[in-house]
Amino acid sequence: MLDPVTGEQRVIAPGHTFKSVTEKISRIVLTPHTPLGWFAGFTLAGGVATMLLVAVVWLFLRGTGIWAVTIPVAWGFAIINFVWWIGIGHAGTLISAILLLFKQGWRNSINRFAEAMTIFAVVCAGMFPLIHVGRPWLGYWLFPYPSTMNVWPQFRSPLLWDVFAVSTYATISVVFWYIGMIPDLGTLRDRAKSKLAQFIYGWLALGWRGSVRHWVRYETASLLLAGLATPLVLSVHTVISFDFAVALVPGWHTTIFPPYFVAGAIYSGFAMVITLAIPIRKFYHLEDMITVRHIDNMGKVMLATGLIVAYGYATEVFMSYWYSASHWEYFMMWNRMFGPMGWSYWVLITCNIALPQLLWIRKFRANPALIFLMSLVINTGMWFERFVIVVTSLYRDYLPSSWGTYRATRWDYATFVGTLGLFTFLFFLFIRFLPMIPMSEIRMMLPQAKVRPEAEPQLEAGD
Amino acid sequence: MPEREGTYGLLAEFDTPSQLVRAAENAYAAGYRRMDCYTPYPVEEAAEAIGFHKNEVSLVCLVGGMLGVAAMFSLETWISVWSYPLNIAGRPYFSWPAFVVPAYEWTILFAGLSAAFGMLALNGLPQVYHPLFNAPNFRNGATSDKFFLCLEANDPKFEPAETRSFLEGFAPVSVVEVEY
Repeated sequence: MLDPVTGEQRVIAPGHTFKSVTEKISRIVLTPHTPLGWFAGFTLAGGVATMLLVAVVWLFLRGTGIWAVTIPVAWGFAIINFVWWIGIGHAGTLISAILLLFKQGWRNSINRFAEAMTIFAVVCAGMFPLIHVGRPWLGYWLFPYPSTMNVWPQFRSPLLWDVFAVSTYATISVVFWYIGMIPDLGTLRDRAKSKLAQFIYGWLALGWRGSVRHWVRYETASLLLAGLATPLVLSVHTVISFDFAVALVPGWHTTIFPPYFVAGAIYSGFAMVITLAIPIRKFYHLEDMITVRHIDNMGKVMLATGLIVAYGYATEVFMSYWYSASHWEYFMMWNRMFGPMGWSYWVLITCNIALPQLLWIRKFRANPALIFLMSLVINTGMWFERFVIVVTSLYRDYLPSSWGTYRATRWDYATFVGTLGLFTFLFFLFIRFLPMIPMSEIRMMLPQAKVRPEAEPQLEAGD
Repeated sequence: MPEREGTYGLLAEFDTPSQLVRAAENAYAAGYRRMDCYTPYPVEEAAEAIGFHKNEVSLVCLVGGMLGVAAMFSLETWISVWSYPLNIAGRPYFSWPAFVVPAYEWTILFAGLSAAFGMLALNGLPQVYHPLFNAPNFRNGATSDKFFLCLEANDPKFEPAETRSFLEGFAPVSVVEVEY
């Protein structure tokens, strides 16, 4: 739909003013009447997150033996969940950074909560390697610091690169998110009625007053952060894929991993944005801000990245069945498809490649309910992708005498489901206490935001 | 900062960005220099109008990025070659291709933090007090839907009565005097 005033694609429903946008978004945060549904969801999510607490406490008391990780499958749920969560996080950075660089104005409505999603996903992801190391209280050994033991980390290992990639990613995501929020925190400070809210938002806003000099520097910094976050997000999942690709295990040792991991990350991340956006826009009546066009566009991105992922799977099959001419590679792929855990491969193909072809249909993409279901299907598929990569590559390797199997324990499931709870819990806190749609960027998208000197009566000379 | 008294400046309120830009352009042309516009979203034209064309954030970011890459690469080299040399699968002690990855991450880390905190520092934020918030209409507008032009009292051209009538010539919603 073209806007008659600006001649550009319209992404916000017509009829909004600066004031109505500000009202609508800040009211969600500043209302004294928290909706009951929020309390219900918050309590439920908090309950599930408690399960994580229990599972982790038990893990610390008993050790990683309560999980199913053992030889030959030494990387179980912990690494699957780590890769899955961090992949989900990537869409947030993609939306906030890459789409900003491409001047995709439609991203403005969804970038704030996509960034929040990134941070909460990284919180869930970052926990797994830490609790997987066995002695998490010594986790700081991963960092280079002068110790009395005179021991330093080993910089040739992708596992150490991971430490730097993920910690940088977490830091930059938090900074990007917070910097983006400062003007909106200023709005909340100025509109808050209660003393406590004024005080807290006042401190968080750092004294923001909307000076155009500040805005110009702010815009430069945002653009630079976007420009830096783009290569960062690509490098993070590349480094994570190195954890696998640098190893000599059949099924891991392929050069297709970095690009197809990155595409898969964006794929699952967009699915998670949709999973979150559709209920939120319904519950908070934000259909004017997060329009069908947003959902349609996200569907297209998912379709595109899904096809890249499909290409990755095809390359893996081609490489291992035929091109490698390696007996071990051939067996790994045969075992992955038709071995005792072959079902997981076909779940993955169904969820990630077969069903998402429905996204070609515009009617399907524009239907929030259907695309919501599709996002759940894709995230299931992406979880199985990591399961297939981690488990089916490991459980039957070179020597049949050392073959084994993998059966997750209840603690594995409790930890995984618990992180889903933690993620939702943090998200509920976010939508209640912080502006989930960037007000300043939405104002910028309104037609009246354009400066039109010729439309104004010229002032007489000699003033 | 020593306590100051008197007038900080005159604050004109506008309903549209176009009116603000017109007033700012004219004020600049009339010789005012110590002034600022306050808007609820970035209005580049207003910054141009008051003669603010370039900023140093990119430079700070570049310096930060260079520091980051230098710090990490030399740390890795020092650790792996001198401080704690380990033979890992026969690779050289100075395995620079492997060192590129953490050095790359730290380039981005330092550059990003420099851009963010450099921007705040150049803006003089965090700032706990600013006289503009004494204006009765500022809080309700500058961060939501109004556009402000403030001509500051320490400008040599500032004369309370003259400047007020100058601002009123642009049909603002109001012109108020801001106290320190």
